[in-house]
Amino acid sequence: MTRDVAVLGAGMHPWGKWGRPFVEYGTAAARAALTDADVEWRDVGSIVGADTVRGGYPGYVAGATFAKALGRQGARVASVYAACASGAQAIAAARAQILAGLAEVVLVVGADAAPKGFFRPAGGERPDDPDWLRFRLLGATNPAYFGLYARRRMAVHGDTPEDFALVKVKNAAMGALNPYARYRKRVTAEEVSASAVVADPLRLLDICATSDGGAALVLSSIDFAQRHGVPRPVRIRAVSTVTPRFPNTVLDLPDIATDSAVAVAAAGETFRASITRAAYEEAGIGPEDLSLAEVYDLSTALELQWYEDLGLCGAGEGAKLLREGVTAPGGRIPVNASGGLASFGEAVPAQAIAQVCELTWQLRGAAGDRQVAGARVGISANQGLFGHGSSVVAVR
Amino acid sequence: MSRTRTPAVAGWFSGDGNGFRLLGTRCSSCATVFFPREDDHCRNPYCAGGSLEEMPLSRRGRIWSYTDSRYRPPSPYVSNPELPWEPYALIAVELPDERIVVLGQAAPGVTVADLTVGMEVEVVPGVLHEDAETTWTTWHWRPTGVGE
Repeated sequence: MTRDVAVLGAGMHPWGKWGRPFVEYGTAAARAALTDADVEWRDVGSIVGADTVRGGYPGYVAGATFAKALGRQGARVASVYAACASGAQAIAAARAQILAGLAEVVLVVGADAAPKGFFRPAGGERPDDPDWLRFRLLGATNPAYFGLYARRRMAVHGDTPEDFALVKVKNAAMGALNPYARYRKRVTAEEVSASAVVADPLRLLDICATSDGGAALVLSSIDFAQRHGVPRPVRIRAVSTVTPRFPNTVLDLPDIATDSAVAVAAAGETFRASITRAAYEEAGIGPEDLSLAEVYDLSTALELQWYEDLGLCGAGEGAKLLREGVTAPGGRIPVNASGGLASFGEAVPAQAIAQVCELTWQLRGAAGDRQVAGARVGISANQGLFGHGSSVVAVR
Repeated sequence: MSRTRTPAVAGWFSGDGNGFRLLGTRCSSCATVFFPREDDHCRNPYCAGGSLEEMPLSRRGRIWSYTDSRYRPPSPYVSNPELPWEPYALIAVELPDERIVVLGQAAPGVTVADLTVGMEVEVVPGVLHEDAETTWTTWHWRPTGVGE
C-alpha cells in the first residue's frame, strides 16, 4: 500500500494588502484549487482549515468558516493552529484522514488578513503567555529575533550584510515572475543596503512583510486520482511536524531564554535540521535527490540557515552556496523559486500551503517563466512560534 | 510624590546593586536550570522529576548575539507615543555555569556599536517604564567594566 497522497488541485488568491476579510481570500483559493482538481465542492468528503482570528493571529476559526462560505454540504471538518506551521499541519491532518480511509478527497485551506507592521499578541494582561511576555518585558518583535540570528551568523560564520542582500536580490527576481506574489519588482543589492535598519544588522528589505493572502490544495487518495483520470499526480510523500528535542539551545521565537544544557547535553542537530531530517527519513530521500526547495525566508539571513538545515551544504557554508549560484534559477537546487516570503510576505495560515502549491506547479512543469527544469522532487520547510516546525516532500 | 518600585514580572529577579540577580529554578533530581522559572514540573524528558527550587543565576555571561529595535514595538510593550522613539539594544547572553542563553534589554546608553559576540556582560537592575504611581523594574545586560 502506498503511503502517498495525490495533490489534485492547487489554488491561491494573489497576496497583497487588500483590506478584505480573510474568508474571501480562502474561498477564492479553495474555488481555484477545486477548479484545478476538476472536483465539485459538494463531492469533497472533508475540509481542513489552517486557523486565524478574524483580523489577526492566532486562531479560532478556519475549517468551519470556509465550509459555510463554500456552502455547507455535510463534509467532515477540522481546524488546525500551529503558528507558521498551521498550513503544513492542516496538510498533515488531511493526509492522515486519506491514509486512514476516513475521506477520499480533502480540501485544505489557509488564509489571513494580517495586521500592518509588526505582529503582536492578543490584548489583555496575560503573563502566562510567552508571546505576550517577550513583547511586554523586552519589546522583542519577530525581526528582533531575526536580527539576533543574523548577527550570530556574522560572528560565527563570517556572513556579511552583502551576502544577506543577495538573497533578497535572488528572491525578488523570481517573485517578479510570479503572478500571485505581492512584490513583483526586481531589487538591487544597493536598494537593500539603502533601506532603513529595522533590527541590526537587518534592514527593511531583509525582512518579510505582513500580507493578506490565501492558498488551498485538494488532496486525494492515489486510487481516487487514478479513477479521476490523473494517472501521474504530484504526490505528497512526507509531512514532518516534529517538536524540538530537549534541551533546545538555540533561542527561538517567542522564548526569552533557551533550555539549559546543564543536565542533558544538546544534540548535535538543531531543531530546524531535525524538521527536515524527519521529512527526508519519511520520504526515503536525501538532499541530493532534491530538484527545488521552498523555505521560510522570514529574513534573508534565515534563508542561508535553511540551506544548512536542509543539508544542501555544511554548517557555515550557506553564503558560499548562494554566491556560487547553486540556489538560484538554473542552479543545482533553486530555493524559493516562488519568490519566497520576500515576495509574498506573511499570511500565516496560508504560507505553508502556498509553499506546497508552488511545489505542485513546479513538479507539474506548469510554473511558467519561473519553472525549474525537470523538477521531480521538492521540499518545503518552515518553523513557527512555540516549537512548531514542518516540512513537506512532494514528488512526481 | 514618590513612585512604588514594582517588578514588571513577579519572581524573576531580586536584590539591589551588585546583589541583583535573575532568579530561576533548579530540579533537585537532574539539576536542570529553568529561566523563566518553572515551578510546576521538571521539563527534562529524561528526568523522573524532582522538586524545583529557586536559585539565583550567575551574574555574568558572554554575548551569544545582539540586535536592536529601530522602530517602536507594538503593545503590550509600553512606550510614550508622544516622545520620539529611542532605539534600545537587545542582548542574548550565554551563562556558562547554567548552560543557558537569556535575552534582555541592554542598559540605557549601550548601543549595538558597543557590543560584540563573546563580550562579557553582567546583569544589572533596570527600569522598564514608569507611570504615575509605579516604577516598573526589570533586568538589563551591561558590558562589564563599564561605569555605573
